[in-house]
Amino acid sequence: MNNQKYLDSLKNKTLFLQGDEAAAYGALFAGCNFFAGYPITPASEIAELMSRELPKSGGYYIQMEDEIASIGAVIGAVWSGGKSMTATSGPGFSLMQENIGYACMTESPCVIVDVQRSGPSTGQATKGAQGDVLQARWGTHGDHEMIALSPWSSQESFDLMIEAFNLSEKYRNPVIFLLDGEVGHIREKVVFPDINELNIYQRNISLEKIDVFGGQRIPPMIEFGMGQRIHVTGSTHKSNGMRDVSSMEAHDTLIRRIYDKISSNRNEIAHFETHYIDNMDYLAVSYGAAARPTMGAVLKLRERGIKIGFLRLITIWPFPIDICTELGKRTKKIFVPEMNLGQVSREIERFVNCPVESVSKIGGISHTIDEITNYISANI
Amino acid sequence: MENKYVKYLRNETLPTEFCVGCGCGTVLNLFCHVIDEMQINPDDIITVTGIGCSSWIPSPYFSADTLHTTHGRAIAFATGVKVMKPGKHVIVIAGDGDLAGIGGNHLIHAARRNIGLTVFLVNNYIYGMTGGQVSPTTPSTVNTATTPYGNVEQPMQIAELVAAAGASYVARWTTYHVFHLKKAMKEAISKKGFSFIEICSQCPTSYGKRVGKREGIDQLLDFKENSMNIQNVSGMREDELEGKYIVGKLVERNRLEFVDGLLNINAQFAEGVR
Repeated sequence: MNNQKYLDSLKNKTLFLQGDEAAAYGALFAGCNFFAGYPITPASEIAELMSRELPKSGGYYIQMEDEIASIGAVIGAVWSGGKSMTATSGPGFSLMQENIGYACMTESPCVIVDVQRSGPSTGQATKGAQGDVLQARWGTHGDHEMIALSPWSSQESFDLMIEAFNLSEKYRNPVIFLLDGEVGHIREKVVFPDINELNIYQRNISLEKIDVFGGQRIPPMIEFGMGQRIHVTGSTHKSNGMRDVSSMEAHDTLIRRIYDKISSNRNEIAHFETHYIDNMDYLAVSYGAAARPTMGAVLKLRERGIKIGFLRLITIWPFPIDICTELGKRTKKIFVPEMNLGQVSREIERFVNCPVESVSKIGGISHTIDEITNYISANI
Repeated sequence: MENKYVKYLRNETLPTEFCVGCGCGTVLNLFCHVIDEMQINPDDIITVTGIGCSSWIPSPYFSADTLHTTHGRAIAFATGVKVMKPGKHVIVIAGDGDLAGIGGNHLIHAARRNIGLTVFLVNNYIYGMTGGQVSPTTPSTVNTATTPYGNVEQPMQIAELVAAAGASYVARWTTYHVFHLKKAMKEAISKKGFSFIEICSQCPTSYGKRVGKREGIDQLLDFKENSMNIQNVSGMREDELEGKYIVGKLVERNRLEFVDGLLNINAQFAEGVR
């Protein structure tokens, strides 16, 4: 079976899927044809599904010897015409960081799923958490921008994975897909679309010899085997790809461009959802698993007459600054439920003038609606 | 008249930055001869390298598609390349610190997997680019920048390790044995499956001077005088082999190549089969 036939066979199907599985199917719909990974809880379901389904659609699955090798193989496949991804959890995500920086530096489009679990270190292997949010942004060394998305349901895990591939191809940057152990393992209804009605961003490939590392903000790619003898390096390079590690200008030009191509498109990449923001005194901001009980708490608080709005972040990086700043002007206080000790709440503080309060919970069990409701009631 | 092999190099990068007496120039030279004599179009070659002096042989000098990766990870990146481009010659050239030190695990597993890469490991017995620190292949007792009181570790026998891990082709030669090495490079490139040559090479700048061999020629003479063919060493004791370079072909065998294995699985899902 080729990819088109395989996807046609899934057309308009309704399945009962874990968030992990939905993300894997989303990748297949996005055209992913290469997966390299290493087993780790709570992300192994993605590798298992890809090992079963990729051969049916004409793609390739490899289990590598570790996560460093996995992301390496993913990037090698990208330059050889692959649409590729890997999936891991915190410990593996830590191991991948150097090569994620390589993907930023070489502008290699790929998707890295991090199904977050409690850390640091081995932590609580089977428990969900949201402790890798800042690592997704700053985990690799040096100045760089990053795109990270975080779904809150199985259906969104599917849909957002297609967007993750589209963004990575459009901006030629790795995209971090921030799942968590809760959403990754929840089982919900997922409806597949018709592949012919999906908007899949096709990689911009130049058939002519051009500079693939400069000359324009997001240059087209040339892949291996096209006879152009391209040079791809993680060292500072000129727009033709050749190393230039001693000139200040070469480094400044390259790094500012790969930074600006993301940050200047911040609003185009920013996906979020708002509820009750036209009539609010307070605001709750959340994302991923923590956004589910937060939504419940907002509904409950409003039933009690407390005017609270809700901003659910779907894009975490680049941070959706404008919506936070705007809503911050219209609220007395912002509450941020998240399964860490306050990573996104700290980011919001940078962009608003009102007080921001973290409603943190760690230990592997997500907030209950009542916990958030009571906390906010007691602190307004 | 221009040298006929210059066309295989990225002209704008010449002359090379290799030190006087370095063995990397010999390996680059032989590689150009091999590609020319095998009549391989460089457009059908994808070179993958890591970090270190010998990684500069393909990056930037040899003119082909080139992936210059992070330290130690060339084989991991090359795995992704070979799976997506099984019809191309995917050739890794890097050093002992890169492929056997920081990247040792990838080397072992690629050999076990028997993926159709060709790997030329240029073993100069030292971390040369960073200024002469001890490497996994530095002989015992040698003083280096980080073993000022002598190396207390045992050197790794890389070719034997790769052979034990399951590679289809393994050989060891030195930069003195240019004709043997050239023949072996051709065999390695032709061989289906994981093929590997450990190329013992001289580094007068960072290694030779630490063992009383200040000029490149001094180490070449050492290779000449102290090499023994693998066919002649059976039954010899460890102490008799001290300081010897055991050269020759360690392994040549036929095993299922990894990407062929993947393609066989995919073929099962081709129309009408499943």
